[in-house]
Amino acid sequence: MNVLQFPVLSLIAYLPLLGVLLIFLIPKESKGGIRWTALAFTLAGFVASLWLPAHFDAATSDMQFVERFNWIPALGVTYFFGLDGVSIWLVMLTTFLSVIGVVCSWESITERLKEYYAFLLILETGMLGVFFSLDFFLFYIFWEVMLVPMYFLIGVWGSDRRLYSAIKFFLYTLFGSVIMLLGILAVYFYHGAQTEVYTFDVLRLMQVSYPSTPIFSLLGVPFSFQDLVWLSFFLSFAIKVPLFPFHTWLPDAHTDAPTAGSVILAGVLLKMGTYGFIRFNLPMFPESTKHFVPMIIILSIVSIIYGAMVCMVQPDMKRLIAYSSVSHMGFVMLGMFALNTQGVQGSILQMVNHGLSTGALFLIVGLIYDRRHTRLISELGGLSKQMPVYATLFAIIMLSSMGLPGLNGFIGEFLILLGAFKVNYAWAAFAVTGIILGAAYMLWLYQRTMFGALENPKNANLKDLSPREMSTLIPIVIMCFWIGLYPSPFLSRTEASVKNILTRVNKVQAVAAKPVLSRAEGPVLSPVEACAEPCRSGPIPTRPPVAALPVRESR
Amino acid sequence: MKLVVLVPLLPLIGVLINGLFGMKIRGRAHLVAVSASGLSCLVAFVVFFRAVGGRTLDWDVYSWLKVGDFVVPIGFLVDPLSAVMMLVVTFVGFLIHVYSVGYMHDDRGYARFFTYLNLFMFSMLVLVLANNYLLMFLGWEGVGLCSYLLIGFWYEKQSAADAGKKAFVVNRIGDAGFLLGLFLIWSTFGSLKYAEVFKAVDPGLGTGIYTAITLLLFVGAMGKSAQLPLYVWLPDAMEGPTPVSALIHAATMVTAGVYMVARSHPLYNLAPFSLEMVAWVGAVTAVFAATIALVQNDIKRVVAYSTISQLGYMFLGAGVGAYASGIFHLGTHAFFKALLFLGAGSVIHSLHGEQDIRKMGGLWKAMPITSWTFLLASLANAGIFPLAGFWSKDEILFNAFRRGMTVPWLLGLVGAFLTAFYMFRLFFLVFTGSFRGDAHAGHHPHESPPNMAYPLVVLGFFSVIAGLIFGFPPDHGLYHRFVAPMFEAAHEPAGAAAHVSVSFEIGMAALSLAIALLGIGLAYQFYIKRPGLPSALADRMKGVYRLLLNKYWVDELYQAIFITFGKRVCTFLWGVDSRVVDGAVNGSSWLTVRLSLLSAWNDLKIVDGLVNAIADVIQGGSLSLRRLQTGVIQNYILAMALGILGMVVIYLFLFP
Repeated sequence: MNVLQFPVLSLIAYLPLLGVLLIFLIPKESKGGIRWTALAFTLAGFVASLWLPAHFDAATSDMQFVERFNWIPALGVTYFFGLDGVSIWLVMLTTFLSVIGVVCSWESITERLKEYYAFLLILETGMLGVFFSLDFFLFYIFWEVMLVPMYFLIGVWGSDRRLYSAIKFFLYTLFGSVIMLLGILAVYFYHGAQTEVYTFDVLRLMQVSYPSTPIFSLLGVPFSFQDLVWLSFFLSFAIKVPLFPFHTWLPDAHTDAPTAGSVILAGVLLKMGTYGFIRFNLPMFPESTKHFVPMIIILSIVSIIYGAMVCMVQPDMKRLIAYSSVSHMGFVMLGMFALNTQGVQGSILQMVNHGLSTGALFLIVGLIYDRRHTRLISELGGLSKQMPVYATLFAIIMLSSMGLPGLNGFIGEFLILLGAFKVNYAWAAFAVTGIILGAAYMLWLYQRTMFGALENPKNANLKDLSPREMSTLIPIVIMCFWIGLYPSPFLSRTEASVKNILTRVNKVQAVAAKPVLSRAEGPVLSPVEACAEPCRSGPIPTRPPVAALPVRESR
Repeated sequence: MKLVVLVPLLPLIGVLINGLFGMKIRGRAHLVAVSASGLSCLVAFVVFFRAVGGRTLDWDVYSWLKVGDFVVPIGFLVDPLSAVMMLVVTFVGFLIHVYSVGYMHDDRGYARFFTYLNLFMFSMLVLVLANNYLLMFLGWEGVGLCSYLLIGFWYEKQSAADAGKKAFVVNRIGDAGFLLGLFLIWSTFGSLKYAEVFKAVDPGLGTGIYTAITLLLFVGAMGKSAQLPLYVWLPDAMEGPTPVSALIHAATMVTAGVYMVARSHPLYNLAPFSLEMVAWVGAVTAVFAATIALVQNDIKRVVAYSTISQLGYMFLGAGVGAYASGIFHLGTHAFFKALLFLGAGSVIHSLHGEQDIRKMGGLWKAMPITSWTFLLASLANAGIFPLAGFWSKDEILFNAFRRGMTVPWLLGLVGAFLTAFYMFRLFFLVFTGSFRGDAHAGHHPHESPPNMAYPLVVLGFFSVIAGLIFGFPPDHGLYHRFVAPMFEAAHEPAGAAAHVSVSFEIGMAALSLAIALLGIGLAYQFYIKRPGLPSALADRMKGVYRLLLNKYWVDELYQAIFITFGKRVCTFLWGVDSRVVDGAVNGSSWLTVRLSLLSAWNDLKIVDGLVNAIADVIQGGSLSLRRLQTGVIQNYILAMALGILGMVVIYLFLFP
């Protein structure tokens, strides 16, 4: 609960913007000033966000630290920020990786510092806004805002085919989000027509059930209104995750982005997709979610295995890690659509884990790129001898990414596989091959870069990590061990929210037992029924009505 | 009893100290590591004797993972089985730590070596002492990691790095099976804690589920304990430093699979098919690996194949329901196989890295301690009365026969013969005769320093007496009185054992002893009496010889199927990804651009063209009309006159 009655979420979200203002006041020549300002503001954001888990009430699935007031009353737009167990760790991940993003750019970015750090900070605000927003209008704004700085980060400070990659990233994502906008409007107008309240408030929109009676069928698959809306969200989020076959923007964007861009892209931006699924698709469209489980599972498993196999033969380190992300994000989707506690909690934890370990892997590639200006594996080899500290940190991160027990990746993958196994043995059996392949490609990468004789004379004088460089990796390594050995603080805070979402989704099963009745009789429920039914029938009392929410009135 | 937590914790402290400050400690790293493992061993003894006194412990330290109804603690279990394992691991581990001080003294990765070694001790002890399957899995993967790190310890050598990776990946295949087994256990019994799972075991669930669980677990065991078909990594693992081979790839880690099967005995007992499978895989592996060992020329590889073979015996024991005998063989084997490796290391050390037995010979005089202890270990491994290996191996064979597994029993006998032969082939070639190496390497074959020699003597001592003291009389010795009750509650698998008389038992023992002596005698004929015979025989049976020398070409087969073909598939998929999947994306963008160009053309030529055309027509018309506007009056008058004329003509013609 927001004890202080203080807009802490807004503070965290807009702190970086304040930094941007300040950066613009600093003269261009004062490079140190710009860097330190950026660092100060991201660090302040991180410290402020530490307040959240400390004061987070793990027992409730309600939105916490809520800020809500009317913004455009004529359209039903509210300014609505809140935090729950689904978003809390993603927020922490964002503020954490933003600091690291600033530190890792310290020496590698030398041109147009002002713009660079400004974009980085704007990006942070955008990402935080996405995780905080509980109003579709607001959400959509942040969702789009986030694209712009990333576009420039890749396009201006990237390498090789940076323009191609930046445009591909931008257009592909934009394409998805425009279709999502249609879905949002559909939900908005349906809700309005049903209740005569036109609102973009996500929690209110969840109170209605959207018609799941098939209205047409394509290739024998029936589609309802809800399915169509679900698909419009799916497209946008699946591109972002990215789920096979929507993944091809990712290797390009990653490869050409500057290190901090890759870290944040892998660490946070991909999570927006999975976050979207769990925040909107699951609780808002439970019938369709159930309907599309087989499709998602197939795509996830294909992503896991296909991503890992393509990963195996990449000659470029960054591209390799990008494909490994496809594989790992497949696990996240698999766990989520297992639709049970273990799967979904594992999925949320794995989002964080992937952010940490893949973010760190991009840092690791970046460190070599700074020294050698190449990302080709064949150019490297035998670096262990020259850079023992680097080799050690790389090894730990690699093991975390491979899911070695005792490190974070294992907990996430294990829970996901457990959840999947619970539903269907075959899902877990297929997905487990991803773990074998994961070990193979990671170890092979490590062997080719770190082991063997140091034959390339260009590598003979590489310096080991400086304290600044170590300071980007060591916090991540500590987090990897923490989550691996004592994940309770992380899991306990997600539990209530996950249970609440699952109650909403799995309530459908109860309905599905007598499906034809309720749907055939009256596809259009009266507003009262529509609102009351989901609230009462679940075995566990779900979210209280909106009015009872702890809402901070407008200032 | 809670003292037991110190047993894994002390090595972990060693890891932290050497890991963080190894760069500064360097040459003194062993002080930390050896004392950590020594103290750990000491505590293990204390705990062990308390366990012998009848105390057990099942202690949840803290809740590790709690998600919904899935709860797993970090917790420890001390019972006779884990107490024995703990003792073997810490004791042999400590001796090998001491030995390593001498063996690794001038290596630049001295501190790193001891860090890994301690990390291994920690992981192995967690594996053994865990009170639930998930924590066991943590140790399981942890020892796999250490194995990887230590096999590839000399990472600058391509073959070492390759071998490490191979070990890890092959083990991962097994681990995937193990993991699925865990899921099935949990979804069946709702827990991963041994106590809770075994309490919930109920024959009423049908054998199907037990068979599935135990087979999946056994896949994990096959990987870790190097059984067919997942054994291929172990011979390559010999790329690691020799103390590592002794500790990890002979005495402790590779036996984890046997331990896991024994630990899960309540499940296996309800799955007769799985047990039979375990016995068969064990027996076949025992013979298969022994045949390869016959012709190998690398001293460590011979011992490595011997390890695979002996692990097969342990599984044979477990598979016939004689878990106690399997674990007993695990214990005695730990002593004599560690001794064989350390002896081999001592030889390699004194020959400056030479590993080819064709270039050795006649080391008996120069290295008396190594030779004597190696001889004892060879005898023990061959199963000669009254050394340690005799008692445990005989027990396994006897139990196999008693429980009606006749063919596996016969395989076991064949294996025993082969074992005796290859062990003494090795012994005779290395220690007797005259030195065959080049002058430089063998300039001064010398005995190893005391800190390497002492562990040999201690292990030699136990290789001799361990069987007699703990294992006599068979199935009823001190060891059995302590451990066997654990397994007794379980029913014997189907086709319960026939009762046999003591004289029959002695007869069986005499049979296996005779077979072993026959093997030694043959080796004596081949390598002492008539040294020309082996090559003559190899010439006569070229096909068989090449088959064995090339290890049945299994490595090549796997290479072709999984590596070469697999890589091709991956490359193909990459092509699909960049051409088809991404091609669709780029294609749609290409299409968009083309359509845009078309629209642009359309806009320019058609839409705008029409507008322009109209304008053109109007302009053209206006231009031509403008010519009429000459501004000259006469022209206008002429035009008017012509017009009037025209009208008059029309009028006259049309209206006559």
